[in-house]
Amino acid sequence: MTIGLALTTLPFGLAFALAAALAKDSNRAWLRGLGEAYTTIFRGLPELLTLLLIYYGAQILSRKLATATGLPIDLNLSPFWAGVAALSLVFGAYASEVLLAALHGVERGQIEAARSFGMSPRLAFRRVIAPQMLRMALPGLGNNWLSLLKDTSLVSVVALNDLLRMSWVAEQRTRRPFEFYAIACVLYLLMTALSTLAIARAEKVAGRGWKGPE
Amino acid sequence: MINWDLFERFGPRMLEGFAITLELALGSVALALLISVPAALGRVFGSKPVSGALFAYTYLFRGTPLLAQLFLLYYGSAQFQPALSSAGLWWLFRDPFFCSLLAFTLNTAAYQTEIFAGAIRGVPVGQIEAARAAAMPPMLAARRIILPLAAGLALRPFGNELIMMVKASALASVVTVYDLLATAKLAFQRTYDFQAYLAAALVYIATVETIRRLWNALDKRLNRHRAVCQ
Repeated sequence: MTIGLALTTLPFGLAFALAAALAKDSNRAWLRGLGEAYTTIFRGLPELLTLLLIYYGAQILSRKLATATGLPIDLNLSPFWAGVAALSLVFGAYASEVLLAALHGVERGQIEAARSFGMSPRLAFRRVIAPQMLRMALPGLGNNWLSLLKDTSLVSVVALNDLLRMSWVAEQRTRRPFEFYAIACVLYLLMTALSTLAIARAEKVAGRGWKGPE
Repeated sequence: MINWDLFERFGPRMLEGFAITLELALGSVALALLISVPAALGRVFGSKPVSGALFAYTYLFRGTPLLAQLFLLYYGSAQFQPALSSAGLWWLFRDPFFCSLLAFTLNTAAYQTEIFAGAIRGVPVGQIEAARAAAMPPMLAARRIILPLAAGLALRPFGNELIMMVKASALASVVTVYDLLATAKLAFQRTYDFQAYLAAALVYIATVETIRRLWNALDKRLNRHRAVCQ
């Protein structure tokens, strides 16, 4: 469940991050402002509060909408999707800074060269900018992933059966809290260790064909 | 729009909660300095076993969720109640505030150790060699040359760590510490008014922004001699 939650969150989080990074790099002031406001809010809020805001906020909003429109609207988010929403918003806020730095790290000349070849902005982004961004962003994104993995533990507070919650249940049954929480810690450690290895591997793949700084 | 009644009833309590939040965050970061500075020196200059043991410590605490550490300490200590009682320490571990402070301190100390170790490695070797050449004993060199130079490098990540702890302190609410989040939760449960959470959110954002700006100003001032500083 912990892994499922983290993996489900990742694509949404990356989408938020990319959107926010491009917004902050935009020529339009209102888009930049929007991107800045987004990162300020979600980097400033405790992750636990974000989760509670979304979890209870959705319930209250749906009730208000239902009474206002008289329609049977039921927006009650399950703890899982509230977790995905909250964690991807937080992940997006942090990762957008990483992507923005990577975007600025791509040489202007490369972009100009791609454009002068007649590539459309979209194609240039996909073929020239994105692969280089990936190389530069991976170490930062790897750190974001590790935080995400650990932040999934917060969802246990709104009663999703994640790893930490299961330890709690097991502890209630057996009255041996120390062992179960220790085992939970070891499992988290295992996941972060495996992730670190995978990230190192991915960095190697993303960095192929790069000869190092000139 | 704003429900003044709610804040008249719960405002003072939320302010007290905010004080607890600050105590937890600032307290743990300050206490952690006592661990992290020597640990960082050990991590860089210590012998293989010393540096390895310190790495194991930072890896353990950085690789697991803080909430799990907090549960391990708060609920886990109950299992050792007899032993702790006989050592006269049980009243401490029964107290959620103390457990939170201890868990936060150990956690942030692990992150700080790596921050400071990174900063110490960033001190130009020539500076350290010069200190040795001037016949400074290692401890004096650490105090006069290495640590002041490393402090400048570590300033920015240290500020980030402070911000992380302000946010992390909200976890204490889960083990019944009445911090800002817990008092907001209390107000919400009594009144079902969502403004309680929104108010807490605003206070957190304002706090984090204040620290961030303060730190930027501090960094600009203290690191103004560095030619290339961001």
